[in-house]
Amino acid sequence: MNSSTLIFVILLLSLFSYWFAIQRAVKVAGGVTKVKNLTSLPAQFGLLTAFWCGIPSLIALSLWGIFESSVIDSFLLISLPDSVNNLSSDQLSLYLNDIRVMASESSFVESSDPAQQLKNEAAAYLSSLQTNASWLKGALILLISIASVSYILSRFTPDFQSRVKMEKIIGAILWACSGVALLTTVGIIFSVFFESIQFFSAVPPWEFLFGTEWSPQVAMRTDQVGGSGAFGAVPLFVGTLLITAIAMIMAVPVGLMIAIYLSQYASPKLRGIAKPMLEILAGVPTVVYGFFAALTVAPLIRDFGGWLGLSVASESALAAGLVMGIMIIPFVSSLSDDAISAVPSALKEGSLGMGATESETIKKVLLPAAIPGIVGAILLALSRAIGETMIVVMAAGMAANLTANPLESVTTVTVQIVTLLTGDQEFDSPKTLAAFALGLMLFLTTLVLNIIALKVVRKYREQYD
Amino acid sequence: MTNSNKQAPMSNPVTDKVAASLRKRHRKEKGFRFVGLLAVSLGFLLVFVLIADITYKAVPAFHQHWVMLDINYQEKWLSIENTNQENLQSADYRKVLKRSLYEMFPEVTARKDKRKLFKLISSNAEFTIKDNLLISPHYFSKKTSLWVRLDDDADTYLKEDVTIGEASARVDQKQASWLKRLVEENRIEKRFNFSFFTDGDSREPELAGVRGALAGTVLTMLVTLALSFPLGVAAALYLEEFAPRNRWTDIIEVNINNLAAVPSIIFGLLGLAVIINMFGLPRSAPLVGGIVLSLMTLPTIIIASRASIKAVPPSIREAAMGIGASKMQTTFSHVLPMAMPGIMTGTIIGLAQALGETAPLLMIGMVAFIVDVPTGITDAATVLPVQIFLWADSPERAFLAKTSAAILVLLGFLLVMNITAAMLRKKFEK
Repeated sequence: MNSSTLIFVILLLSLFSYWFAIQRAVKVAGGVTKVKNLTSLPAQFGLLTAFWCGIPSLIALSLWGIFESSVIDSFLLISLPDSVNNLSSDQLSLYLNDIRVMASESSFVESSDPAQQLKNEAAAYLSSLQTNASWLKGALILLISIASVSYILSRFTPDFQSRVKMEKIIGAILWACSGVALLTTVGIIFSVFFESIQFFSAVPPWEFLFGTEWSPQVAMRTDQVGGSGAFGAVPLFVGTLLITAIAMIMAVPVGLMIAIYLSQYASPKLRGIAKPMLEILAGVPTVVYGFFAALTVAPLIRDFGGWLGLSVASESALAAGLVMGIMIIPFVSSLSDDAISAVPSALKEGSLGMGATESETIKKVLLPAAIPGIVGAILLALSRAIGETMIVVMAAGMAANLTANPLESVTTVTVQIVTLLTGDQEFDSPKTLAAFALGLMLFLTTLVLNIIALKVVRKYREQYD
Repeated sequence: MTNSNKQAPMSNPVTDKVAASLRKRHRKEKGFRFVGLLAVSLGFLLVFVLIADITYKAVPAFHQHWVMLDINYQEKWLSIENTNQENLQSADYRKVLKRSLYEMFPEVTARKDKRKLFKLISSNAEFTIKDNLLISPHYFSKKTSLWVRLDDDADTYLKEDVTIGEASARVDQKQASWLKRLVEENRIEKRFNFSFFTDGDSREPELAGVRGALAGTVLTMLVTLALSFPLGVAAALYLEEFAPRNRWTDIIEVNINNLAAVPSIIFGLLGLAVIINMFGLPRSAPLVGGIVLSLMTLPTIIIASRASIKAVPPSIREAAMGIGASKMQTTFSHVLPMAMPGIMTGTIIGLAQALGETAPLLMIGMVAFIVDVPTGITDAATVLPVQIFLWADSPERAFLAKTSAAILVLLGFLLVMNITAAMLRKKFEK
């Protein structure tokens, strides 16, 4: 039985035990009329039993899934003669892999060669082990669920606090669900961190952080020593900063002015149509922006540059940056809008009462008071821009140029992660590991930016609350 | 500067000065307002340009040119003798197509020209001819007229703004003159491109459709919904209703806020390193895509659900507890139903984000070229945004229109989801 069938069976069993426990609870009470003597409702008895049926068997199933292959492997190794067991670990894993393939395809090569016969035998043994394991798994799961259900059923009495017990289980489930977010973070750290450590054992960190030459393809050759000089990430950092800077130069003034105008000047009617407009800008998928940047904005800029007599790369940083700026406008404007609206109206009214014009009030009173919130908004937008992938993958270049000229083609951290990891790959080559090291940089940068932004915003909120 | 007018009322030079400064200040005020209005208009302009540009580019994709050919099902070209099923399956339809085409253009004799002529017809025409004979075998060794698709270059040529008969970038003079003849003989027809919605991906632009990507999107979204909704709601309930104020809760809260701002590509790295390489789930599968996207949308759903749960008035809780409900009963029978509209709004918004997400799916290998329409969550599949990315990368010009059309389909989905969310929110606010 495979796992998905088993999960289905477990669900059915739980459903059945729910029904069965209700009957049982009614019987324990002494008939439907005496249900009121129970300390809990029959349905609560049922739910408790369903939990007792499902949870232990699901735990057992996942434990089995984790340990099955290693246990089967060790059985197989014991059955094999010493000559095989003494092979080096690489050869041994190759040998075992052969056997696994033979067992899964049940393709036994007829041969008089004793080594081949040994393999045939091993493969047959392995497939019998696997069949047995599968049956054993099914039987074990069934046994566990029946045992735990009968245990809980045997404890049913009219005084049995099944509601309290059931609620404790639900509470534990809720608690576990809240931990998933934490597990995700742990998983992210685990995946980027450990691959990065492996990468940094091949390429020294200072070379990665301060090297100015990036050509990861060179390191494909296994005989090369650490890919010296090929993994300098400075051009990527500079490229990322260049595109981000263009985006921020575009987005911050526009977003801020939109926020000011909508919160201070605009009629409710204009607000009513401008807000959905901003939501559209925020909701357009980044791949669409990427398409727009690569096929509309970039040719436009190139032609315009050509008309002015400038040489513009067809994948210029300017195109990607401008479109990224468009994407970020709604972030800046909606967060700044919140910050400006949160300034107490007494400050604004005081200023207006003293005779200041509205724009003077905004510039001299509202903005200084809202500055922490606006800074927080800009930092969040910045981290968004740094981590943005699709626009740059489609509109920015692949080659690592160390330049500050927005008309040239640059590449970014995210572009390189995508290029290094799409397509076929061997997982341990420095090339793929480099992607994880870049991912680590990206994660740390955005994390720091977010933490600072949240701190700034929170501190500022406390001032007026 | 603004306060200098206090000292001397009525004095003429001073009032002049004040008036001048007031004029200046009011001009500044107007200028500032104008700049603000400009920024807002720029926003509107950008939305308009974006949508108009894509719509304009997408228009050609919804129509397709078909050509009527006189197909001659000659025995010797089919190289079969009778019409039993087996023969019909294996017959040489390519030859039938070629020879019939050359028959229609007897003046084309040079080998190079013949090849050019054949290039005008879609590679799929062969199968159209085959299907026709399979359905009606009585055409065997007879002539019939049949509509087949034109190749994408010819199709684009007819859609473009050129005088028919003149050479363009992808169609040379000879091909153009043949096309002109076909047009003059009324053999070319513009039809609505249904196959764009019913076919899977293809290397040939005239055959490529979004059905496979749509199926992949639906499967991936189902997995995402099935995982992120229960998990998100449970986590929000715990944090809002049950969690004690302690370190653990603080850590989780900070963590969720930070997770919401982690770049999506990092989730792709997580999926690749942990879900595929450690747990051994299949690459390119909607299952893995759904898991990654649900981890990504989880913070959004949790934050929205918490806000919605918090908005349930405490009096509801107190009333329920007051008549003897337990904390759990209060939460599940009173708080949760009242918070549900807000939770659903948050979930739809989270799913809409996930629907448009591309980068993490590139990491877990959903970029493969997949022709078949996926049927299960472990089949290799691709999703709409990734399909857009793949088509945008294709060199064929006809894919430009296909890409834009696929974008319109995606935007349509997003629009429907967001309108639903907005309507729910409005209902909830009442």
